[in-house]
Amino acid sequence: MQKVAGKVYRVVGPVVELEEVTFLRMLDVVEVGELKLVGEVMQLKGDHAYVQVYEDTTSLKAGDLVYSEGQPLMVALGPGLLGTIYDGIQRPEELIEKQQGYYIGRGVHLDALDLKKKWHFKPVKTAGTEVKGGEIIGEVQETFLIKHRVMIPPDQAGKIKKIVPEGDYTVQDKIAELETETGTKDITMLQYWPVRVGRPYKTKEGITEPLLTGQRVIDTLFPIGKGSCVAVPGGFGTGKTVVQHQLAKWSDAEIVVYIGCGERGNEMTDILIHFPKLIDPHTGRPLMERTIFIANTSNMPVAAREASIYTGITLAEYYRDMGYNVALMADSTSRWAEALRELSGRLEEMPMEEGFPAYLPSRLAAFYERAGHVKTLAGNEGSISIIAAVSPPGGDFSEPVTAHTRRFVRAFWALDRDLANSRHYPSISWLDSYSEYLIDIEDWWSKNISEDWLELRYTMMDLLQKEQRLQQVVKLVGPDVLPQAQRLVLEICSVFKNGFLQQAAFDPIDTYTSAKKQFLMLKSIVTLYKASEEAVKKGSNVSDIREMPIYQQVLRMKTDYPEDKLADLEKMPDKIKAALQGMGI
Amino acid sequence: MSKELTNLREYVGVDEIKGPVFIIRNVHNVGYNELVEIIDEQNKSRVGITLEVGKGYAVVQVLGGTTGLSISKSKVRFQEKPLLMGVSEELLGRVFDGLGNPIDNMPRPAYKEWADVNGAAINPTARDYPNNIIETGITVIDVMNTLVRGQKLPIFSGSGLSHDMIAAQIARQAKVKDDEQFAVVFAAMGVKYDTARFFIKSFEESGVLERVAIFLSLADSPSIERIQTPRSALTCAEYLAFKKNMHVLVIMTDMSNYCEALRELSTVRGEIPARKGYPGYLYSDLASLYERAGMIKGVKGSITQLPILTMPNDDITHPIPDLTGYITEGQIVCDRDLHSRGIYPAIAALPSLSRLMKDNIGEGHTREDHPSLASQLFACYAQVKDIRALASIIGEEELSPLDHEYLNFGEEFERKFLSQGYNERRTLEQSLDLGWSILNIFPPEELVRIKADMVKKYYKPRPEQEEK
Ligand SMILES: Nc1ncnc2c1ncn2[C@@H]1O[C@H](COP(=O)(O)OP(=O)(O)O)[C@@H](O)[C@H]1O
Ligand SMILES: [Mg+2]
Repeated sequence: MQKVAGKVYRVVGPVVELEEVTFLRMLDVVEVGELKLVGEVMQLKGDHAYVQVYEDTTSLKAGDLVYSEGQPLMVALGPGLLGTIYDGIQRPEELIEKQQGYYIGRGVHLDALDLKKKWHFKPVKTAGTEVKGGEIIGEVQETFLIKHRVMIPPDQAGKIKKIVPEGDYTVQDKIAELETETGTKDITMLQYWPVRVGRPYKTKEGITEPLLTGQRVIDTLFPIGKGSCVAVPGGFGTGKTVVQHQLAKWSDAEIVVYIGCGERGNEMTDILIHFPKLIDPHTGRPLMERTIFIANTSNMPVAAREASIYTGITLAEYYRDMGYNVALMADSTSRWAEALRELSGRLEEMPMEEGFPAYLPSRLAAFYERAGHVKTLAGNEGSISIIAAVSPPGGDFSEPVTAHTRRFVRAFWALDRDLANSRHYPSISWLDSYSEYLIDIEDWWSKNISEDWLELRYTMMDLLQKEQRLQQVVKLVGPDVLPQAQRLVLEICSVFKNGFLQQAAFDPIDTYTSAKKQFLMLKSIVTLYKASEEAVKKGSNVSDIREMPIYQQVLRMKTDYPEDKLADLEKMPDKIKAALQGMGI
Repeated sequence: MSKELTNLREYVGVDEIKGPVFIIRNVHNVGYNELVEIIDEQNKSRVGITLEVGKGYAVVQVLGGTTGLSISKSKVRFQEKPLLMGVSEELLGRVFDGLGNPIDNMPRPAYKEWADVNGAAINPTARDYPNNIIETGITVIDVMNTLVRGQKLPIFSGSGLSHDMIAAQIARQAKVKDDEQFAVVFAAMGVKYDTARFFIKSFEESGVLERVAIFLSLADSPSIERIQTPRSALTCAEYLAFKKNMHVLVIMTDMSNYCEALRELSTVRGEIPARKGYPGYLYSDLASLYERAGMIKGVKGSITQLPILTMPNDDITHPIPDLTGYITEGQIVCDRDLHSRGIYPAIAALPSLSRLMKDNIGEGHTREDHPSLASQLFACYAQVKDIRALASIIGEEELSPLDHEYLNFGEEFERKFLSQGYNERRTLEQSLDLGWSILNIFPPEELVRIKADMVKKYYKPRPEQEEK
């Protein structure tokens, strides 16, 4: 950037006040001082502007020059995004490392996409065709799995004047010429989009398909769909990050955008080291090929943390527009909200609850609004699901970020401290969690898995509620006073918790459970309940039933039956019935 | 007020002094977060850092405190560079103040390099994932909360509990291989001299004092110095680990005093507080310290952090432990109840956690049964807590036989498994076996977290059960 837009007047941490500002507009990107540190205009007052700077501001001083092109913060979109790890403002971290070594330095200016790499482009439209914004004019095999669909930028339309033949091109090569109302425009595979503006789509559609995660407590009890928003709140160490990692690994989305927002460096390293070795169960390909990473860890500049969420969702929208189902994980949205708070404080804005700015709820709402299942401009279907970790201070769900987030998501996986302490993971509470998406996706289950699924699920939920009430009694008087039928409820719930809900993320078999297996396990446990109930009616003792080997077998279904042995698991309900048949007579 | 410019960058007189901070006006070209030298009336020099700079003014935080500074006579020199610290292997075996000045009456060590005390963020792509466990010889840590080289694992404690002994025992018993070099960096912030002396004595007794660099900013030094102390210590640690390939253990105590100094500074500056008066950036600030632990690809050394903090009123939801827990890779939580029952180490097993344990135990790392054994111990001990609560209401006589077994298990867990001597080092093998030797109170069917074949292999019934 060359044009001088103002001068530094004051520096307070990540916020810099400018004076003698000429042409700047709100949210324009600027470069500050000799190192050309990147920043964004957050406030204008007379000829003063307040800028949040995405890098450490050490050594900036009053009088330093500030440059700008008068453009907002944008991301580069094109083939080459998948498998890359970016910082909060889309600088590739592997290249930063190459340039600067193991510490991240300042003033790095790098292209988000490799400008030299050639991609094999195949046109799907011919010259002379009228095209609208968002329409697909060609394809590039970006990774083994993902066809990158090259689209006309959403804000352009016209007649294709020329389009290149199939061949190898860089992202900057002209691949088509578009005749528009305002003259001829060159189309390349590289486009830019301002991160704070949602990319347009044709219509928002209802949610119909589940986002299968392979996590039993989620898919069976609190399922979400493709296009859902879900919050995962929990105190430290309750398992938010592992839930996010599990979904990034096993969910049946086609594209995953993983945002490490103000969290640990080692957690990003964990993913970067393990993902290339992990194989997607749905496609048999390395998970890396469908994933984009954004890592702005807790020790990286706070303003870039604020931006990382927007960078991530814009990349997600771009793939949604190609017609893909995208899952976006944000770990943790609380750190983003805190970045907002810190910047707002430095801007001397009026604080609301716990120091958060008054616009926190509207920012949260706008973010979640960018999720959903849509018909794209090109007429395809695509979706973005947001899975957002929330880190409430002191584990208190009534704090502002959790409370406001709850208003904008329809599913809530509440992580429970006591479960986590007893190492019952995932520690998703079956009493405090909910998903309103159940009604949207129950059809899918009954069509694709079994018509009985919904009823079995309700039976189990019902037992869990009952158990909760019985536990209250037990806490006061001990279990002995309960009648046999009620003691059975306690036992069955204990089987369900240990044999179904609890799922070890780091066990090679247990880490992922298909919808089919989940159903068979659920059916077996409900069968166990029904058959035991019969036996109790006929006079059996719960403690005797409990000692039968069949109970052990049900408890160990999760690891005894890998995905390729499901035919054997189908026989489990009959085995249970047979085992309990003779009881109580 | 007149201000003299004595030479290019030296000013005489400041405009306002408030707490550890002063404002100086009519100055120009002052960089943010840069080093400032202040000369007081006694001609003594102190260092400061610019906290805010603007057209014609600067706000300076005086690290040595502002006691004795005057408005008219203080001389201020702007150094035009960030705060740097001299580092070299000669820092080992020495004692410094919080800013890195030697206070052991020995000459200044020869420095090899000058490093920015603020450090820089390690690129996530350059990190190496910690993958070597540290055998501490303490059963409850090794089996249930395994420490890994390059981890940041704080001790959450309360006043009067045995956190210092636990940290010292870990430092003493943590083994490195013969061909590897180790070092300890010890930073004390706002603690009494007794605490520092306890650690120094412990290092002395185990004969490692010459491998330890000590940074002391004790209770009687200005609280503002505490903000710099961990930074100095970590700058030293980074040099030793990443430039000299040493495995460095950094013990920092007490992080609560550090946070309080930060709150004090924030209040003086009139910033909007978040919770309990602590600034909204406490999380990021703590992260800028804790994230300096770790390993780097292609570098042999490592930094393992063992920060100690006392939880105000034993409250784990207080912002200091809370934000720390959100940043660190787990926590070891001390328990007052166990402590008062005379149990050492008084570590509360359930709320303690090691996040890096998951990838570093089990087959190929420790022993195949380790993950499920640990999980089972957690599950059973959690049950003990529930049953104890029940027993206190309905009386022990009313409990079922299985519940009684749980109570016995709880007793053995605390007395046999958890308890051990301050000088006792148990091998991991011994510790794991000890775990099995208390789990066998239960019939094998009760151990649902452990796979059947593993139970078969490691479960040995108690003699009295065999008789039955
Ligand atoms: N599904 C799971 N299976 C096994 N262990 C888990 C699971 N979820 C969490 N954990 C354990 O809990 C620890 C903390 O989880 P993490 O997701 O990092 O918590 P948070 O992000 O909420 O602070 C992990 O390091 C892991 O040891
Ligand atoms: Mg986490």
